[in-house]
Amino acid sequence: MVKPATQKKTAQSTLLTWLIVGWAGFCLVPWYGMEDGFFSFDWLSWGYLFDTDTAPGLFLVFQGEKLWLAPLMVFLAAPIYAVGKARTDASYSKILIICGALGFGWLIAQGFGIGIRGWQFAWLEDLFGPLGDRQFGMGYGGLLVASAFLFVFTQGIAARGAVNGDIFVVGAIGFIIAIVTIFVFYPILSMLGSAFITQENSYSVGVFFEKFTDRRLWGLACLSGGRCGAAWNSLALAILVGALTTILGLIFALVVTRTGFRFKRGLRAMTVLPIITPPFVIGLAIILLFGLSGNVTRFFADLLGIAPSRWVYGLPGILIAQLLAFTPIAFLVLIGVVEGVSPSMEEAAQTLRANKWETFRTVSLPLMRPGLANAFLLGFIESMADFGNPLVLGGNFDVLSTEIFFAIVGAQYDQGRAAVLALVLLAFTLAAFYAQRFWLGKKSYTTMTGKGDAGVHPQLPQGLAIPVFTIAGIWMLFTLTIYVMIVYGSFVELWGVNNALTFKHYLTAFSVKFGEHGVHWSGSAWDSFWTTLQIAAVSAPLTAAVGLVTAYLLTRQNFAGKSAFEFGTMLSFAIPGTVIGVSYILAFNVPPIEITGTGIILVVSFIFRNMPVGVRAGIASMSQLDKSLDESSLTLGANSWQTFLNVILPLLKPAILAALVYSFVRAMTAISAVIFLVSAQYNMATSYIIGRVENNDYGLAIAYSTTLIVVMLIAVGLMQILVGRTNVGRRMGQTRTTVQAGG
Amino acid sequence: MTLTENSNAASVSFENVTKVYGTDVRAVDNISVDIAAGTLVTLLGPSGCGKTTTLRLIAGLEMSTSGTIRIGDKDVTKLPATDRDVSMVFQSYALFPHMTVLENVSYGLKFSGFDKTETKERAMAGLDLVGLSGYGTRLPSELSGGQQQRVAVARALVLEPQVLLFDEPLSNLDAKLRRQVREEIREIQQKLGLTVVYVTHDQEEALAVSDRIIVMNNAVVAQDGTPRELYDAPANRFVADFIGEANILDCEISSVTGDRAKVQLGDYGAELPSRGLASGKALLAVRPNRVIVGKSGMENAIPGEIARFTYVGNHLELTVDTDHGQIFATSTDVDAEFQPGDAVAVTFASKGPVLLGE
Repeated sequence: MVKPATQKKTAQSTLLTWLIVGWAGFCLVPWYGMEDGFFSFDWLSWGYLFDTDTAPGLFLVFQGEKLWLAPLMVFLAAPIYAVGKARTDASYSKILIICGALGFGWLIAQGFGIGIRGWQFAWLEDLFGPLGDRQFGMGYGGLLVASAFLFVFTQGIAARGAVNGDIFVVGAIGFIIAIVTIFVFYPILSMLGSAFITQENSYSVGVFFEKFTDRRLWGLACLSGGRCGAAWNSLALAILVGALTTILGLIFALVVTRTGFRFKRGLRAMTVLPIITPPFVIGLAIILLFGLSGNVTRFFADLLGIAPSRWVYGLPGILIAQLLAFTPIAFLVLIGVVEGVSPSMEEAAQTLRANKWETFRTVSLPLMRPGLANAFLLGFIESMADFGNPLVLGGNFDVLSTEIFFAIVGAQYDQGRAAVLALVLLAFTLAAFYAQRFWLGKKSYTTMTGKGDAGVHPQLPQGLAIPVFTIAGIWMLFTLTIYVMIVYGSFVELWGVNNALTFKHYLTAFSVKFGEHGVHWSGSAWDSFWTTLQIAAVSAPLTAAVGLVTAYLLTRQNFAGKSAFEFGTMLSFAIPGTVIGVSYILAFNVPPIEITGTGIILVVSFIFRNMPVGVRAGIASMSQLDKSLDESSLTLGANSWQTFLNVILPLLKPAILAALVYSFVRAMTAISAVIFLVSAQYNMATSYIIGRVENNDYGLAIAYSTTLIVVMLIAVGLMQILVGRTNVGRRMGQTRTTVQAGG
Repeated sequence: MTLTENSNAASVSFENVTKVYGTDVRAVDNISVDIAAGTLVTLLGPSGCGKTTTLRLIAGLEMSTSGTIRIGDKDVTKLPATDRDVSMVFQSYALFPHMTVLENVSYGLKFSGFDKTETKERAMAGLDLVGLSGYGTRLPSELSGGQQQRVAVARALVLEPQVLLFDEPLSNLDAKLRRQVREEIREIQQKLGLTVVYVTHDQEEALAVSDRIIVMNNAVVAQDGTPRELYDAPANRFVADFIGEANILDCEISSVTGDRAKVQLGDYGAELPSRGLASGKALLAVRPNRVIVGKSGMENAIPGEIARFTYVGNHLELTVDTDHGQIFATSTDVDAEFQPGDAVAVTFASKGPVLLGE
C-alpha cells in the first residue's frame, strides 16, 4: 500500500515546485523585459538587483518603485499555508483557487492598467489621480509569476475533483486555454478594437463603417471593364482555387489508389515538392515562363507574330501559381480519405448489382465527402491567406492579403484600414469554416471498423480513367517544367536578356571567406538564412508538443467545455497568416506583452499558425490507439503524466514526425504572417527573398529559394532519423507507412 | 522467487452506488453488493446491463455519481485508478505494443517503488506463473492470442493487488482455449487467494469459475448467489431465463400453508416452496432436463402433442404443444422414439419446478 502515500507526495511537491518558481520569478530575475532580447543575459552582473531596469519585482517594491506589484506577494504567500495541508482538505482547494485566480487577475489588470504613458485609461486617472510612473512589457519575472499563478489555480481546481482530480490533465487544460487566449483571441480582439480607432485615438463606429464600405473593398466595376474591390477579387479567387485544387487533388488520389498508373511513386514525390517550396517561388517560375520576357510568351510571340503581352499578371497568373502550390495539399488530404473508404463497402455495392461507375457515384464519392470538404476549405483558406503569389503576379488585381500589407507598410500607413481588411478576410474564412461544418452535418462517414478488411479497391471505370490520366499527366509535366525552370533560372545571368550560365547569384548570397578571424560569412543571405533555421528549429518541437498535448486532451479526456476548447484550438486554422501578422503587431507592440521585433514573436506566431496541424495529426493517430491502453496503464499505478510519457508518446512517433516536419517546413516557407513580424535583427529568408523580388533581382531570389528547398529536403530526412521508429511488430506497420507518406 | 499467497486481498463493497452518464442514462442504479476477500465473483448479464460499468467503478476508471465504494476498510469513492490498489485485465488485453513482454509485466512494478532487481525478479516470477518464462524479450505482436492473454494476466498479478479485475478476458479466444484459460485463472486465483471480480456475458463460463455470481439486468442487481442457487432457485423470470434455459408457465397457487404452496397447472398439481408468494396467479419455472415426457394418460400430468423432435447425440430435444403453451424438454433416454403429432403427457420432476412472482 505504498501508492496513496506517493500520490499525496506528488501533489504536494508539484505545488511546492510552482510556488518556488513563482517566488524565484518575483525575487531573483528581472521583472521587466530586457531591451536586448529574451535570450541575452547582459544584465547578469553585480548590481542588477538594484538597477530599476533589471531589478526583480521584490527589489523594485522595496525601493519604493512600482508599488502596484506589491499585492502579488500576498497571493504568492498565502498558498504556502496550503502546502502542509492534506489535498482533500476543503480549505486546500479554496486557498489555491482564490490565490491563483486573484494573482493572475491582478497581474493582468496591472499590466493593462499601467503602460508606457502611465495610466492606460482615462477613468483610472480620474479615479486615482495622475501617476508619475510607467512600466514596459513584462519579462522573465512576469512570465514565471504568471505561470506559477496559473498552475496554483489549476491545482486548486484539480483538488476539487475536476477530471478525476488529475493534476497533469487540469494543468495542461489550463495551460492550453491560457496560451490560446493570449496568442489567438487577444490579438484578434485587439485588432477588432483598432478597427474602430480614429486618427485622434478615440473610438468611433463611424470610422469603421467608413473604412468598411470603401469602394476599393467592395467595388464591382470589373463587371463593366473597371477594377473590382479587393474583397470580391479575393473571394472569387479563393472559391476558384478551392474548387479546382479539390478536383485535381481527387484526380491524383484516384490515380494513385485506383488505377494501374505506372509512375505512382513519382507522382507522390512530385506532390510533396510544392509543400517544401516557398509559395511565391512558383509565382517566380511562372513569370520566367509566361512573363513579358518569358520563354513561352516569346515562343508564341515569334510564332504568331504578335507582341508579347502581360496577360499573366492578375487573376490568371495567381490562379495558376496557387493551383500548383496548393493542389498537393488537397491531394494529401484526399489520399487518406480515398484509401480510407472501406473496400468492403464498395464490394457490397457491386454484389448488389451496381456497376463500377454507379458504385463510384453512389458509394465511394459520398463517403469521401468529409475529405472533399476539408480539401476545399484548405484550398480556400490558403488562397485567401496567400501573400507571395499575389505580390509577385498580382498586377492590377488587388486581393485582401496584399492590400493589408500595403495598408501597414505603405505610404498610407493606416492601421485601422489594415484591421478592417483583416476582419473581412477573417469573416470569409470563418464563414467557409462554418459552411463546411454545416454541409457535413452530423452524419457519420466512418467506414473503418477495426475489423480486418481483406478487400481491394475497385479500379476506376474506363470512362473516368482516361480523362483522369490525361489531367494527371499534364499536371506532372507542367510541375516538372516549373521546377526545372527554377533550378535553371538560378544559374542564369539575367533571365530573358542574358542567358549565360553563372554561379553569380549563389556567390552573392552564400559566399564564405576564410580570413584571419576564421570563417567570415560574407554572403548577403547568411543572416536571414541562419535566423530562419534557428526560428524553424525552435518552433517545430514546440508546435509539435503543444499540438500533441491538445490532441491528447481532446481524444482522451472528458471535461466541461470541451467543444469550446476544441473550437478555440482549431480557430487559428481558419485565421489567414496575414490576419495573424497584423493582429500580432497591433497586440504585442505595447505592454504588457511587448515582443514585436523579437525572435519570440516569430516563434509564437509559427506555433499558433501550425498548431492545428499538430492537433489533427495527433487526433488521427491517437484515435487509432485503443483507450484500454491508457486505462491499463492507469490501473497498473502510473499517473496520467507517466501514461502520456510511457505509453502514448512512443506510439505516436509517426504523428510527432508529421507535426515536426510540417511545422519546420512551414516555418521555413511561410511568408504571409512573417512579412509583418520580421525586424532588422530577425529577418527571415522568405521576406528577404520577397525584398529581392521587389528589386527585380530574380536571379538571387531564385538561387536562394532553390537552396531553401534543398536544405528542407535534408532537414526532413534528418528528422526522420532523429525521431526514429517505435517497433511494435507487424500489426501496426501499415498505419505507420501511411502516416509517413502523409508527412 | 515465486508468487505466494496474497495477503493483500481485500473485500469490495458498494453502498447505494449510482452512475449516471450525461443527464439521464443510468448505467448503474443504486447498487449495493459485498464481495468477500479471496473469492472470485462474477458479474453476469446481457450487454448493456451495467456490468462493465460496475467493474470500471471498482477500478476507478469511472467515478460514481453517488454512493460509497470501499476496498478493504478504505473509502475509495473519490480516488482515481492510479491511486487504487487494483489491477485489471482488459478484454483487448491492452498490452503496450511498443514494449517487450517483460517490459509490459514490469510496467506496474516500476511505478510501485520496487528497485530494478526486484522488479525484474517479480516480473519473471509472474511470467513463470503463467508459463511464459522464455518469452520475455518478445513483442506482444509476436505471441498468439492465448499467450497475449496470459501476459495480460501476469502483468496484473505481479502487483499483488487488493482486487484483480477481469473484463470479459476470454471473449477473444476460441472455444477450446477458453475452457483451458478459465481453469488456469481459477487455479491461480485459488492458489494465491486473490479477490477477483470477473465480468462476462457467458453464463456457462460464469457458472464454471465463480464462487458467487451477481446477475445484473437494466442497471440493477437481478440476483446474487452461488452458481447452484442461481440455477436451481432463480429469483425471477429474468434470471431463470438468462441462466440456462427454462420453461416459464402460468400457474395458480391454490393455497399457502407456512412456506409450502399448493400449485395447480391444469391436471398437474404439486406442493412447492412458496418463496413468499400468496395465493393466486404465479409463474412456474422448469428446466428442460426436469421435464418428463411420458405416455398419454400418465398420472398428475398435462396432456400434449409432440411438435418437434430432435436427436442431438447425447440427448433428445423435445418440444411439446400443450394447453398451457409450448414446453421444451430434454431427455437423456436417447433410445425413446417419438414422432411429431404423437399424443403424450408432460409432468415435472419433484425437485425441478420453482415458483416465481410476476
